[in-house]
Amino acid sequence: MIPAQFDYLAPTSVEDALAALAEHGDDAKIIAGGQSLLPVLRMRLNAPEMVIDLGRIESLRGVRDDGDAIVIGAMTPHAVVGADPLVAEHAAVISRAVEHLADAQIRHRGTFGGALAHADPAGDLGAPALALGAEFVIQGPGGTRRVAADDFFVDLFETAIGEDEILTEVRIPKHTGWGAHYEKFVRVAHQWPIVAVAATVRVDGGTIAEARIGLTNMGSTPLRARGVEEALAGQPATEDAVRAAAARATEGTNPPSDLNGDADYRRHLATVITRRAVLAAAGG
Amino acid sequence: MSTTQERPADAVEREIGRDRRRKEDQRLITGRTRWTDNITLPGMVHLAMVRSPFAHARITSIDTAAAKESPNVVDVLTGADLGESLGVNINAWPITPGQVTPTHSPMPSDRVAFAGEIVAVVIARSPAEARDAAELVDVEYDVLPAALDLKEAAAATGDQGALAHPDLGTNKSAYWVFDSGEAGTGGSVEDAIAKARTDGIVIEREYRQQRLIPAFMEPRSTVVDPTGEQLTMWSATQIPHILRFALAATTGVPESKIRVIAPDVGGGFGGKLQTTPEEWITWAVARRLGKPAKYTETRSESLMAGHHGRDQWQRLTLAAEKDGTVTGFKVDLLADLGAYVSLVGGGIPVLGAFMYNSIYKFPAYRFAVQTVLTNKTWTDAYRGAGRPEATFAIERMMDELAAEVGADPLEIREKNWIKHEEFPFTTVAGLEYDSGNYEAATARAKEMLGYDELRAEQRRRRESGDPVQLGIGVSTFTEMCGLAPSRVLGSLDYGAGGWEHASVRMLATGKVEAVTGTSAHGQGHETAFSQIVADRLGVAFEDVEVLHGDTQVAPKGLDTYGSRSLVVGGEALVRAADKVIEKAKPIAAHLLEASVDDVEFSGGRFSVRGTDQGMAIGEIALATFAAHNLPDGVEASLDSDATYDPVNFNYPHGTHLCAVEVDTETGALKLRKYVCCDDIGNIINPLIVAGQVHGGLVQGIAQALWEEAVYDESGTLVSGSFVDYLLPTAADTISFEIDHTTTPSTTNTLGTKGVGEAGTIASTPAVVNAVVDAVRHLGINDIQMPCTPERVWKAITGAGGGPTEGAAMPHFDASTGMEGTVDRTTGGTDA
Repeated sequence: MIPAQFDYLAPTSVEDALAALAEHGDDAKIIAGGQSLLPVLRMRLNAPEMVIDLGRIESLRGVRDDGDAIVIGAMTPHAVVGADPLVAEHAAVISRAVEHLADAQIRHRGTFGGALAHADPAGDLGAPALALGAEFVIQGPGGTRRVAADDFFVDLFETAIGEDEILTEVRIPKHTGWGAHYEKFVRVAHQWPIVAVAATVRVDGGTIAEARIGLTNMGSTPLRARGVEEALAGQPATEDAVRAAAARATEGTNPPSDLNGDADYRRHLATVITRRAVLAAAGG
Repeated sequence: MSTTQERPADAVEREIGRDRRRKEDQRLITGRTRWTDNITLPGMVHLAMVRSPFAHARITSIDTAAAKESPNVVDVLTGADLGESLGVNINAWPITPGQVTPTHSPMPSDRVAFAGEIVAVVIARSPAEARDAAELVDVEYDVLPAALDLKEAAAATGDQGALAHPDLGTNKSAYWVFDSGEAGTGGSVEDAIAKARTDGIVIEREYRQQRLIPAFMEPRSTVVDPTGEQLTMWSATQIPHILRFALAATTGVPESKIRVIAPDVGGGFGGKLQTTPEEWITWAVARRLGKPAKYTETRSESLMAGHHGRDQWQRLTLAAEKDGTVTGFKVDLLADLGAYVSLVGGGIPVLGAFMYNSIYKFPAYRFAVQTVLTNKTWTDAYRGAGRPEATFAIERMMDELAAEVGADPLEIREKNWIKHEEFPFTTVAGLEYDSGNYEAATARAKEMLGYDELRAEQRRRRESGDPVQLGIGVSTFTEMCGLAPSRVLGSLDYGAGGWEHASVRMLATGKVEAVTGTSAHGQGHETAFSQIVADRLGVAFEDVEVLHGDTQVAPKGLDTYGSRSLVVGGEALVRAADKVIEKAKPIAAHLLEASVDDVEFSGGRFSVRGTDQGMAIGEIALATFAAHNLPDGVEASLDSDATYDPVNFNYPHGTHLCAVEVDTETGALKLRKYVCCDDIGNIINPLIVAGQVHGGLVQGIAQALWEEAVYDESGTLVSGSFVDYLLPTAADTISFEIDHTTTPSTTNTLGTKGVGEAGTIASTPAVVNAVVDAVRHLGINDIQMPCTPERVWKAITGAGGGPTEGAAMPHFDASTGMEGTVDRTTGGTDA
């Protein structure tokens, strides 16, 4: 389909992008990799008058080491994140999630920050970001602020990013040596996950010392499964112990019902998928 | 008796049987070709359609003023503006004399009958400007109650239950019956069932054939050029010849003034076997404005308004003796037509009517279908068209019978199937199967799968209570293809014949033009037909040019569908080529100064028997072109035509086996292995055949596991994009193992059988049988398609004797259609 007509700006600095955003306000929409926005425009579900493209802002790309955290630029394509050795070493659950994110074409066009800012509860990156306690660096007219992952996701397609602000980078506290797994349940490969679970665990002598669990598509935002995390702490990494803990994956969830399954089925899946994700993370 | 052959030893020396790569692929794959949407003409205008968001509504007003003011808009037209110049979209196959057929205006001006129906057309200088202006057309509707659910619609009276077309007073379109007792082809099915109830086995089930969307790769597109003496339509269609006829018949333009071109067409699967409102509107607009006009649909429009497929309820009763010998099969269908009776429409279930007895020797058979109008997108042919539904029904029932008897599903089939020494065999549905060898195909498929080993693994998993259970699915299918003997079509009240036409022209340079009336849309005709003609005339493969898809280039033909192109169109080419040889022979004899009786033709050369004298056919072609030295009374042309009307269908068959793993914790399904041994007679090009089989398998597996067109309670298509309509990709399939037995068909000289639909027809029941087989020991005897993980899991967690077990099932009554309807949710699944 053909989108409604819009004007287009491609600034080369964050400052210029913010200025454009300030000037056009509600009429503007930011495009990152365009993998969610373009279908929306083409189906005429949205018709902004101005599209501001962040693709030429070099400072927003790349992954860097920053002491106790790694920093992923918002405009870094998924494929680059997935292949990055820093991410693999210190935030392996993100690497695992990116491996199965959409398809190869989307992984090369879509961006890490774009997907998170879009805040689709079925998106694959929210749960890992929550599990790892990511910090979102947001720049606006008044300067830069950091928002914790727990506060970043507000509702369906809604985040803490203000109308006049831009997500510039995501800081991930290092989880070096933690086991990690992203278990995704789909009917066909390129589908949004029906349910997915991001699990990263620190195993110490056969015991799960710490666990961080994020749930995909189990509510209007990605969710942190704190009940499971509590129940896992100090437990042996065995099938029975993990099964018991994973039963708490449904706590605080409000999953959708759609053609792929109703809410009850998704709750059931969450417990099974959580168990499998944790065991895989602990085993690897 | 059928003879199953080894491939001839000299096969590699000939074109037929060679793995020729497809001539057409480079241009098709790169897109550097004439797709309809690539065509641009001077002064061409572009169309955008305004479509109803409501399933059923009266149009109270259409305000086009704002749209007309939009930049570069030429005009905005409604049904009222275009009036009779629009013509109508026709149904070419009224299956009964009394069929209720609503008038189908391409753009109604008073009432819409499905969500997606066109109410206005915007004409602008560019597609983008047309689309922008379409957003500005303000249509007001008075929403009417919609007939949506097939069973409810069948029972609706208007006072109770909505009518799709209130003026018709009913949603029932036609009731069509075949009864072997009445036809004299078998006994009474009621007697067989009654006897089995007292002293045998009666299996009763109800199956759902969900609604599917053909989802061809190239969206539909039409360009009409009204300038010049003739009106020309390019369209992404499977049926340029039928389209030309229908335009002439319904829009008042003489057929001789119409040229229709199907340029390269990107897939169809039956979805482009249609004459569409979009084509008719583009035609009317171009004629009105006197300018070339183009319309190309969006993917959303394609999914919403291109015709859908399947959508039936099947109520089935199988009667058998206690040992599993089937004594009768009774089939009652409800078939959803959607809002209109489309080109072939109600005939689709009838195409399946002769196939529910499949490869088996049933003594009694009855089939009845009630076609029903609803306020949904119209339905028509979709790969297999009637035969997948039939194959699914009988192959699922044979598994149920095997479970009831406690026998292996292959053994129960062998007990009932036609033995190879019994061909030709006249079936209980009245067809004569010319050839087949079910024993050979089954033996090979079992070996390929490792059937016995997998059965042993299945037992181990069951005994150990493994969370992952293994199921083995069987489908021993046959189909009737090669549409079709014209006399048979006539007896079924089909609106056309089933012959095919071909011309073969020898050019002066020795090159050959082979013209076919079939119309390829991805099948590889140019390659396969080149191989046939090259062998017949003894010329090089590269020297044959296959021409098709343009009514001025290939003036006669009945196009491509129903696995007919090779077995009917290919045979016509053979006959035309043989006539070329016959015409060349006296000229060759004259030039060789020999008697015609002493001249023989072989390997592209005419030679004088017993001498080393001879001439290549190309030399004869040049001599004929020059015409300097022809025998008296012989015309200066080798060109020949042939029209071939088959005397019978042909009957490919095969045994498909698959293994599926079911994760009982989540209901997830994993295809582990899929093997098939198809018998499609002699093979022209094994590479093309493999492509057809692989693609067909995926399409059939997709019905079993993934695809379903779903409407919500207001009649909006929920699965209106590929986010929700789960079309599989290569990532979702496994590597198939395919093989063939070769039992040449005796109904055409090439010995070929159709292959375009075989994979799709066979694979759906193979997969569902495997899924059910994996969980049957848990008390489950059915899972509705698509077998989603949720449905599987709910069947497992709610398992117990399924509600169809042992229940007497009332059948549809001819007078009321839905007498004694039971809402039968099978096997603990959610309907």
